[in-house]
Amino acid sequence: MEGQLAHIGAGLAAIGSGAAAIGVGTVAGNYLAGALRNPSAAAGQTATLFIGLAFAEALGIFAFLVSLLLMFAV
Amino acid sequence: MRPRRQAIALLAIVGVFVLGSRGRAVIPTRLQSIGELIYGFIYKMVEDVCGKDGVKYFPYIMTLFLFILFSNYLALIPMSYSPTSMIAVTAILGFGVFFAVTILGFVKNGPAFLGLFWMSDAPAILRPIIAVIEVISYFVRPVSHSIRLAGNIMAGHAVLKVFAGFAALTLVSPVAIFGIVAIYGLEVLVCGIQAYVFTILTCVYLKDALHPSH
Repeated sequence: MEGQLAHIGAGLAAIGSGAAAIGVGTVAGNYLAGALRNPSAAAGQTATLFIGLAFAEALGIFAFLVSLLLMFAV
Repeated sequence: MRPRRQAIALLAIVGVFVLGSRGRAVIPTRLQSIGELIYGFIYKMVEDVCGKDGVKYFPYIMTLFLFILFSNYLALIPMSYSPTSMIAVTAILGFGVFFAVTILGFVKNGPAFLGLFWMSDAPAILRPIIAVIEVISYFVRPVSHSIRLAGNIMAGHAVLKVFAGFAALTLVSPVAIFGIVAIYGLEVLVCGIQAYVFTILTCVYLKDALHPSH
């Protein structure tokens, strides 16, 4: 029973990946919207874009890590 | 086996840069232009993010970038394995950056480095609360820094393996094989981006150490 609950928990933790997908989409979409309005300023902001993407994505990776821990370590 | 794989990555780096820079032609050969592109890219990034006084630490950042990039791409050889998908390797890299940057901050600025946590432009009541949050986020940095890299590389490989498992079923195997190709293409992108992200975050942390006042 305990092991099965851990599997359910792992599945629930995987929802975090979807949430991270929303975050990454928001970052990239807003960057594109801004870049199309002022293309000359876009090149200077790619570093900021990637930092933002990395931060948004890291939380999804944490969710993935939690589900891996629940599947194999707990 | 594992040290051997890292040795392959190191040999590839040495190969590109030693063989590439041997000719030193005005019109670069292909290998030389690869080396020049990577060098120029990282140099410009360090200069843009950290400023002129960060250029002194360029060799460290370049080493990190090359090691991570080549280790990431090493894993894209089928049946191979990436050192950077192990949390132990990335934790050493991440905590190495964390300790280097923290020590450097205190050496360069003395106690003024603690001003990094004290937002002088925030309302006075909020400052202690923000300081606590800043301290926590500072100490979480090496954890997220290393887990991001290992997690991304490991997750990509897990997805490839899942699709490879589907390929054994005759009914869905065409879809699965197409999926593997698509995910592989994505992984080529992710490997480069993760090396870039690790390096640029190192630059951002270095900038915080060199100029702690916001």
